[in-house]
This record gives sequence, C-alpha cells and structure tokens, in this order.
Amino acid sequence: MSSTSSNQMGQLVADKHVRYILMAEKKKESFESVVMDHLRMNGAYWGLTTLDLLDKLGTVSEDEVVSWIMTCQHESGGFAGNVGHDPHILYTLSAVQILALFDKINILDVGKVSSYVAGLQNKDGSFSGDMWGEIDTRFSYIAICCLSILKTLDKINVEKAVDYIVSCKNLDGGFGCTPGAESHAGQIFCCVGALALTGSLHRVDKDLLGWWLCERQGKSGGLNGRPEKLPDVCYSWWVLSSLIMIDRVHWIDKEKLVKFILDCQDLDNGGISDRPDDAVDIFHTYFGVAGLSLLEYPGVKAIDPAYALPVDVVNRIIFTK
Amino acid sequence: MHGRPRKASKPEEEAASDAKATKLRSLQSQFMANHHDKIYTNEAIELSTKLLEINPEAYTAWNYRKLAVEDRLSRIESDQNLVKSILDEELNVVESALRQNFKSYGAWHHRKWVLSKGHSSIGNELRLLDKFQRLDSRNFHAWNYRRFVVELTNRSEQDELQYTDDMISNNFSNYSAWHNRSVLLSSLLARNADGFIPNKKIPEEYDLIHNAIFTDPDDQSGWFYHLWLLDQTVNVETPLLTSSWPSHGSSIILSGPGYLNGSSSNFTTFCSESDSFPLILYFDQAVGGVSSSTVTIDAELKGNEDLVWEPVSNKNSQISCVWVARLKYFSSKPCEYKVKVRLGNSPGIVSSRGCTFSAPYEFVFTAHVHEIVKDSQEGTVSWTDGFDIWDAQSKDLNPLVILDQLNAEMDVKWREAAILEEVKCFRLLSDSKIGKLSLARLLMAYEAMISDAAVKGIHYEEILQLYNDLMALDSSHYQYYKDAHSLVFLHKVTSSTESLSRHLFRYRDVNNLVCLRLNNLSLSRIASVEKLLFIQMLDLSHNELHSTEGLEAMQLLSCLNLSHNRIRSFSALDSLRHLKQLRVLDVSHNHIGKHSVDTTRYLCASPLSNSEWIQDDVGRQKPGMGTKYWDAYFVLRDLNLKQFNIAGNIIAGDDEFNSFVLQVVPTLVWLDGQKLGS
Repeated sequence: MSSTSSNQMGQLVADKHVRYILMAEKKKESFESVVMDHLRMNGAYWGLTTLDLLDKLGTVSEDEVVSWIMTCQHESGGFAGNVGHDPHILYTLSAVQILALFDKINILDVGKVSSYVAGLQNKDGSFSGDMWGEIDTRFSYIAICCLSILKTLDKINVEKAVDYIVSCKNLDGGFGCTPGAESHAGQIFCCVGALALTGSLHRVDKDLLGWWLCERQGKSGGLNGRPEKLPDVCYSWWVLSSLIMIDRVHWIDKEKLVKFILDCQDLDNGGISDRPDDAVDIFHTYFGVAGLSLLEYPGVKAIDPAYALPVDVVNRIIFTK
Repeated sequence: MHGRPRKASKPEEEAASDAKATKLRSLQSQFMANHHDKIYTNEAIELSTKLLEINPEAYTAWNYRKLAVEDRLSRIESDQNLVKSILDEELNVVESALRQNFKSYGAWHHRKWVLSKGHSSIGNELRLLDKFQRLDSRNFHAWNYRRFVVELTNRSEQDELQYTDDMISNNFSNYSAWHNRSVLLSSLLARNADGFIPNKKIPEEYDLIHNAIFTDPDDQSGWFYHLWLLDQTVNVETPLLTSSWPSHGSSIILSGPGYLNGSSSNFTTFCSESDSFPLILYFDQAVGGVSSSTVTIDAELKGNEDLVWEPVSNKNSQISCVWVARLKYFSSKPCEYKVKVRLGNSPGIVSSRGCTFSAPYEFVFTAHVHEIVKDSQEGTVSWTDGFDIWDAQSKDLNPLVILDQLNAEMDVKWREAAILEEVKCFRLLSDSKIGKLSLARLLMAYEAMISDAAVKGIHYEEILQLYNDLMALDSSHYQYYKDAHSLVFLHKVTSSTESLSRHLFRYRDVNNLVCLRLNNLSLSRIASVEKLLFIQMLDLSHNELHSTEGLEAMQLLSCLNLSHNRIRSFSALDSLRHLKQLRVLDVSHNHIGKHSVDTTRYLCASPLSNSEWIQDDVGRQKPGMGTKYWDAYFVLRDLNLKQFNIAGNIIAGDDEFNSFVLQVVPTLVWLDGQKLGS
C-alpha cells in the first residue's frame, strides 16, 4: 500500500492504542473488567501481543506478568483464566503464548503442561476444553497450537485429531464446532490453523473455502463471520488469517479492509471497536491491529497466521532451538 | 463490546455501573470461597445462581454447579422425583442465563451435561428450541443444540428436513437452515433413504433454491447451496483416471544422459541419468492405495516387478491426484519394449471419501531405447531462440481417458438435462453478479460433461466474457474472477490439439525437448496440468502467477521459466520439489523478499507445519541462515539445479544470499548467467 493512500484514509493511532491497553490493565474495578475477570489470561494475551506487534512490549514489567501467569497454573498443569478459577485449555494456550512472547517457555514444566493438554484428547480424536467434556474444534486448534509451541505434538494422536477436524468440514468448504455444525469464520480459523500446523492443508478445499471466505467482505470493506451478518473487526483476523493460510488472500480488497479497520479506531482515547462508533475493547483492539499486520500495514510487525504470535517469536521457537 | 455504542458515560450512569461492579465483585469472591471450600449448601448454590444470572460467562460457576449436582445426587437414594427436581433446577438456571446471553457457551454446555444425566424430560427441549429459534433463527448454538437433541431422541432426518422447509418458507434468507438442509440431504442421499434418489431429488432442490436466489439475488443465503447442488450434479463419487504419461498408444524414446543422434521424430525423448523413467497416473480426485498390487505392469522391462508408487504430494499425505513410479530400463543397448499398465482389476485404490476405483482400465505404450552419440555439455538453456515449431498430431499429445469411463460410470442423461435447465434459468438472471457467476460455472460444468466433438469448446468465449464482466461489476473480488478467467483460458488452450499446438515447440539444442510457451498471457493461475504431462520445457514468463501449485504433476519438466511473475517467496515454489528432472529454473524479476506476509508459509513442508525433515550440513553449520532464508533452504535443497536465475528479486543480489544458494545447491553450474568457478 502506498503512503499517500494511507494518508487519505487516516492513520493508525498506535501510541493511543498502546496507552489504551496499558490503562485498561489498571481499570480493574469497572463493571466491564469484573465481568471479564474470569478470562483475564485471554485479555493479557490480546493486550501483550498487540503491544509486541506495535513494538512496545518493553513497556510492561515482564517479571510481574510472568509471575502472575504462574499463579494461575493448576496442579493438573493447566492454566485458569485468572487466579482462583478452574483450569481450561482456552487459558492454557494464552498462558503459553504469553510466555513465548517473553521467551520464557523454559520456566514451564513442559511435560506437565503437555500432559494436561494431551489428556483432553478423546477417543475419536476430538478435544474437550476441560474435565467437563465440552467438545469443540476450537479446542483441537488450541491443543495442536499449544503442543507445537512446546514441541510435544507427539504426545497426542495427530492423525485422529486431523481426521476429527476434517469430519467437521461442511459442504460450503468451511468448518463448524462439531460434525454437522454450521461454518463460522472463527471456527474456520481454528480448523484451518490446526490443519496448517499439522501439514494437512491438502485436506482443505481451498477454492471452495476461499470463495466463501472472500465473500465475507461486504460493501463497507469490513468482513463478517457468516453469510448475511454484519461486518466486525474481529473477522479481520479470523477470515484474513484463514485466507492467507490457504493462499487466497488476494481474493479480497485489502485497501477497503484497511480503511474499515482504521475507521473503527477511537481516535481520542485509543482502542478499536467491532464497527465504527461502537465502544472499544481489548479484544477488538488486538484483532484490528493483528488484521492490519496481516495487511502489511506499515509500522506493525508481521504476525504468523497459524500460531497467532509475531513471526519473529515463531521463527525463534521453531527454527533456532 | 459487540454492538454497543461508543459514548462517554454520564456521572449517574458511572455511579450505577460502579455499584453493579461492587455487587458483582462481592458475589464473585463469596462464590470463589464456597468453590474452594467445596460448600454445596442451598445458600451457596443460590449464590452461584445469582452470579450466573448477571454473568453467564463465569465458567468456573458452571463447573461448581456440576460438582454441586453430583454432590447432591450422591446423597439421595434413587428418589426419582428428587433427582428430577435437582436437574430441573439446573435447566431453569440455564434458561435464565440464556435469556441474559444467548451465546453463552458455558450455559449451553451445562444444559447438555444435565440432559446427559438422562433424567430430564427431553420432550420439552424441542419446544424450548422452537421458541429460541423463532427469536434468533441464525443462532448456531441453538442449531447445534438442536442436532444434539435430535440425536438423543432419535427424531428422523426426514422430520428435520421438514423443519428446514418450514424455516426456509418462513424466510428464505436463513443460511443456517440451508446449511442444515445440506447436511440432512447428503446423509439421506448417501444412504439411499426412501425416495431420496439423486436424479429425482436434485432437480427438486434446484427449484427450491431458485425461489431464494431469484427473490433477492444479492442475498447470499442460497449461493453456496446452489454451488453444492451443481457439484452433486457433475461429480461422481468413484475416482477415475484422468490421464497418464506415457499415454495409451504412444511411443517414447529413452536414453542415457547426453545427446541423441538427430532425434527429430515426433516422439517425446526422455534422457535419464538413472536409467529409469517416470510413469505418471493422474486421477480426477485424490486417491490412496496405488501400489504394485493395484496397478499391474506387463512389460519386457526387467526389474520392475515390485514397482514403488509414490504420491506426488506433501510427505504427511498418502493420498494424491498424481502418482508416480519409476520404471527401470537399460540404456546400454538399443531396443524396443511394449508396456501394458492395468488398473482397477483388484480393489485398493480408494478416494479420500472412501469410494473405490472400480472400472478396470488398461493402457499400452512403446518405449524405444536409443543410444547417445555424445555427452551433454554444460551450456545454458536460452528462452529466446532455438525453438522449432512442432506440428503435433493428437496422438502425440495426451488423449484424455476420463470421458469413456465417465459415460460408463454414471447416468449422464439426467445430469446433462439438469445443467441445461439451470443454464436456461440463469440466463434470465445474467445482469446480477450471482447470475453471471452461476452461468459461468454451469457452462464450464457442461463443457466438462459433453463428449460430442462438434459442440465441444463452443462455450469458452462466453465464459471468458462472463468473468471479464464480473471483474468490472464486483471489483472487490477482482482477483477471484481473474484466477477463474485464467483457469478457463487454460482449459480452452488445452481443449484441442489445434489450439494447444499453437503454443508447442521443440527445443533444438537439447534433444528436441517438448516446450510449451504460455508466456505473456496475464495468467494468474495454473490449470489443466493433467493434459500437459508430456511437457519437458515450460515458459510461463511475463504472467501474474504467485504460486507454482499444480506443476508438481509435470514430472518430465526439466526447464522452467517463471521470470517476471508475482512469486512472493520460495515457499510458493514448494511444488517444484517434486520435479526430479528439473535442472533449469528462472525466477528472476519476481517479488521474493518484498513482503512481510508469506501466503504459502503453511503450504510448504517445513518444521512450521511439523513436517518431518532431516537436518543436513547446511542446517547444522549455519542455523542462523536457515532461519533467515528458511523457505529458500527447504525448497532449494531438494532441487538438483544446474542453472538458476534469481536476479531482480529483493532477496537476491547480496553476497550472503549467493553464497547461501551455492551451499544449498551444490549441483549448480550457472547462477544468473554467470558460470560458477570461472
């Protein structure tokens, strides 16, 4: 993208987003924060990854974050969304990802965390989110991503895990939570991501899925998550990363999408919302910045579409150790 | 926050919000204390109810309630009424949580968990769902829960199909209902349920979907269902052999490495350094199980009894459209062999959907072994001169085998009729995007189906025009139509010997290599490779290609020109790793190194995708280089290139990269036109 066109469509107010993220962390007493209290681990991942993409990870105290993460670990090896909550695979991945950002995987008992994740695999190859048995392809992605970062993928039956994901493939080329469930962009990211991380993308119908995904872009330039739904900044991540993994991202209009994301910024107080003029939150701030990264927006570090971590972090983990 | 307006809150709102926050925090900390101390008194349970009413997403509270239920159930002895009242209470809590947040994963799962205890009145569930689904007909949690209840109650698929009928007739703009319909219908069709015969059901479904698409052509709800129906109409489940090399009735010339004495014949000449030549099978869909027991070879060529068949795909996969085996021969003395290849006589070749290749097929070709007159020299291959026009006859090219089998395998009549009916119908809608796109797809499907040479190929111009129109009409998806346009164009070029001949040449300087020149055609995508298996030299320069996906099938390829395209990374060249004959590669003037996003990062076998790989000396000695140029490393190290052109890419040009290339490709003689070591 040329710099003139980005001028016309407004700029990424990176400094304001950084301030917004650092402030949000301090506003623990608001109702919104209390409602989100149980998923603070996810929030930390969204906020810290955004900071890293904007090259500002150095502004937070690494020791403080890392020691808080470790207080969320349960004796089973899994991590909770916050201190005192129950462990769940959702928060285990976020914890591992944050430690990866700080190059601190080595403080983990890798065997223990891996056993927790591997222990959630079911006979049919699917994964439960925790001991209570909810099954969803989101958890398949999480397990595979987590174990790939820890380099312990051999602890699970990868072939069965892949077969289960493929059994959730629909006739529109997309994927749902369980066999027969409707395709949804977030779920597609999980399934395509899991297949990418296991070298199994040949099992995706790339042209069929690519058409479904590129048709998520509407007139506003924003992407929706399912046919006939409203656009939302978070799909900039789910749809774009999926399109990139199957090499079909050229099928959408990137400039229009950049403009849509920039239009969702709160230019005064920082943060990004789902749609223009809605209230901002950390989730959409992350997905907006990550989306811009996938669109090669200047000044934002490259993010890996499958690991959902900055490319330099992934390359460090995969290629150098 | 999803769908909440951005505005500064007023002081009184802020005060109210603070009060709410204080109340919620106190509930949470009391709840947490109960949870940790395993207190399951009525009062403690009631506190978790209050918490979940305000915040249904507090997952630990749902976990706590499950523990509490188990605790209470363990204390009562088989009192069915008491069991029921305990479980009913849980269902009530879920219901009020869902009223607060219809999308709460935790609430829906809790309901499933309660029902799986088996004491609840499941009959109520469908009634409750009807109520919920009327309020939000696209809620995928509700649809998923519906499928769960249907399975639990053994409700018939026909009844559920009727439910989708009702939902669709109420409002056709319901993608969720169409989706569920495709799931139910494919299951009913697959098991040949009463009245569910494709040639009867599919035309009926076309009528239903027309109502939706014609009512509002811009509404996407029916688009994908229509494409699925088209797929059901044209595709047969059983895998078929599309083409092979050598092809049936053909003659080939084999030799050792070097130059032949005036090999001016029309036959393909194959020189091998290893005294073997590839036998290529191309199927219409990915299959597994190709082996020396499922494919038998009758040949006078000794030493080929236990032929090893390899899928031409990434190493994790044992299924592929393309399979190759290497047949041994002796290049030392001239002679002639007849080879007969038979498939399908014993079962074992199976598609990824589990269908068996069943129609027996055989093909015969002749191999002439010629002597070489002189050794090959290390000259460069030029892409500008040395080409003779090749007046190819159809027997020299790859005749396709699929149509005969297709006719034998399926009832073509109703399929052809259905497509013609659709073509007629969508011509009426050809001013809209979906009308044009559907028409283009239908005409392509029709082209693939007809065997009458007199009318075959007449639709290509119209299809190309439709895609041109679409590029202008829907510019956001310009490249989607552009790719489709390239695909149709290549179908057109390869549709007859005549049109293909215009692009075919023989390269004089190297044993009259068969060369296909498709340069300067603004191609953005490669297609029709199954018809090009005999090509040895391929010029794709000055196009808009960004990947070489598909070229892996062209096992005879020894020279490839991709200069002046849009290749962004080495990982986009991953398919070339399968080309064991490739010696000359030109990727100069592309975009390698220009972009921070690599769209083929995961389509390339590497440690990123947990693919197996063996670390070699370069990887061990220069791990840093392996990271910096990781994709170049993984692709180049599998190629035995003699001539390589990379200039005009951002990545190239510095000494570091050049020395890296030399280490990874020790066979290299020419780099960017410079002879190495001179």
